[in-house]
Amino acid sequence: MSVTVSRLTRRFGPVLALREVELGVRQGEFVALLGPSGSGKTTLLRILAGLDFADAGTVEIDGEDMSAVPARARNIGFVFQNYALFRHMTVFENVAFGLRVRPRATRPPGAEITRRVRRLLERMQIGELERRLPEQISGGQRQRVALARALATEPRLLLLDEPFGALDAEVRKGLRRWLRELHAELGLTSLFVTHDQEEALELADRVAVMQAGQVAQFDSPAALVAQPANAFVAGFLGHAARLPARLAGDALHFDPLPLPPLPRTALLRGVAVEGAVLAFIRAHEWDIAPAVAGEGNAVVRSCRPAGGHTHVELDLGGYVIEAEAAHGLLNYGQPCLLRPRAARVFPA
Amino acid sequence: MTPPTAEPGWARALLIGGAALLLGLFLLLPLAAVFTEALRRGWAPAWQALSDPDAVAAVRLTLLVAAIAVPVNTLGGLAAAWCIAKFRFSGRALLLALIDLPFSVSPVISGLVWVLLFGAHGWLGPWLQEHDIQIVFAVPGLVLATIFVTFPFIARTLIPLMQEQGRAAEEAAATLGASGWQTFRRVTLPEIRWALLSGVLLCNARAMGEFGAVSVVSGHIRGETNTMPLHVEILYNEYQFAGAFAVAALLALLALVTLGAKTLLERGGTPRSLAA
Repeated sequence: MSVTVSRLTRRFGPVLALREVELGVRQGEFVALLGPSGSGKTTLLRILAGLDFADAGTVEIDGEDMSAVPARARNIGFVFQNYALFRHMTVFENVAFGLRVRPRATRPPGAEITRRVRRLLERMQIGELERRLPEQISGGQRQRVALARALATEPRLLLLDEPFGALDAEVRKGLRRWLRELHAELGLTSLFVTHDQEEALELADRVAVMQAGQVAQFDSPAALVAQPANAFVAGFLGHAARLPARLAGDALHFDPLPLPPLPRTALLRGVAVEGAVLAFIRAHEWDIAPAVAGEGNAVVRSCRPAGGHTHVELDLGGYVIEAEAAHGLLNYGQPCLLRPRAARVFPA
Repeated sequence: MTPPTAEPGWARALLIGGAALLLGLFLLLPLAAVFTEALRRGWAPAWQALSDPDAVAAVRLTLLVAAIAVPVNTLGGLAAAWCIAKFRFSGRALLLALIDLPFSVSPVISGLVWVLLFGAHGWLGPWLQEHDIQIVFAVPGLVLATIFVTFPFIARTLIPLMQEQGRAAEEAAATLGASGWQTFRRVTLPEIRWALLSGVLLCNARAMGEFGAVSVVSGHIRGETNTMPLHVEILYNEYQFAGAFAVAALLALLALVTLGAKTLLERGGTPRSLAA
């Protein structure tokens, strides 16, 4: 199913939760809505599901305007943040609910419901839990039940609100991969809300980065990382240090910070204007060496191994800089010399 | 080893003993006294007092009033709790305060308002007289007064639970295609059923025992508008102690049965026991 959101605005009292949001999701896409809390991502998801209503703008699903279609007639699968399982029903009954409440004309016969629910539970690898109550199973299992329940009515659009938020890291990783496979296998179009950039970048075909009720950028993970559209996206993604700087002549100057200027040719994304800018420099874009003879400009505050390198946190004139260094190169408290190799700049 | 928050032995004994003494003195002793007095001269006089036509009429009337007031308050309490717990709207705080009103005003006033409204000299009195409708000093008045006084019980029991449960389950039901009625019957109601039953029983206990408001609107017509609590008072004022205590004992018994049922429900009503 394709989803087209145009000029969607939602206001809660004096707060603008969404302001003229534009978003187009293609059939079969897996899309993440990524942003800090309060950026409007959950509101957008709820409006898509028909659980909340826009003050202005439209939502079209497969070209059909949804404004007059109530939630129950949309057949959109929705997985709630805390799963919202029916506490008094067994796992089986939770999953069967969507089929049982159908009008008689379209309700499958009892045996057919049983067969479909069992098949779904098997696919979710929770077949043995069908007689348990939600409070008797673990968080990861509840997540699977919530997903099975949402999929039981065979929706073609699946919406997930912070689907992995309440799970521990290990379970989360397994479920992510599994959800991705499920999405492809069932031919779903899926949107999920998250504030975890790694989750969004790893899982989604495209990520909509939301900022203060607007979509700041909607792009593939690779494009987001390589070409952030503005300072917000650049700061939100990729653990970049954010430093005040000044573009003048052929170079980017960092004074009063004790950093050497960076030639304009080293800028990954330039702005034409001269003057004050914000520079974003990622961990792998620094040259770092132990200081010789008092030439250092930064001090190591912490080191921890991270895969093929050591992740170092440094203090540079009051700014915290994250950088990557070779194993064993630096120690805690050691003065060293930092030099940017590349940067992205945005108007300050 | 004593846990760090434990009091020394003598302090514990004092506190527990004090609480037991208070409970015994103020709760158990009066209850025991009622039953002892009722049966002081044996079962026969007690039975006689209960089978007196006026007493039978009082029991009937009490049950009738409760049978109307409790279902009305169940529906009203459910609706009010649902609005307050699941929605944010202007006037919500006012509604919440209104629900507490019957708890905070004196029962005499709760009775008097109906007399002022529907009595012979009340606002609607002349109109009612023209159409030959009797509300005050008749069963409708008793029912109205009882509904008013017992309204908060069910709403107040449900609101905290429904607030804690939130709207997510209902929203989930909606995305799964359930209609409003299906959502209520299959999701909302089952999730609050134990609290609802407990509220209903509490409301029922109070509806049967209400004295003040009912006394004002009743008119004390024997065999017609006397409920059990009013009948007890009349008998007592006429120095028919055995009869008064016999009816009082029956009233107390009804309340005890209600409370017992409520306790059983609360003990058995935890979700875990539903798994079987």
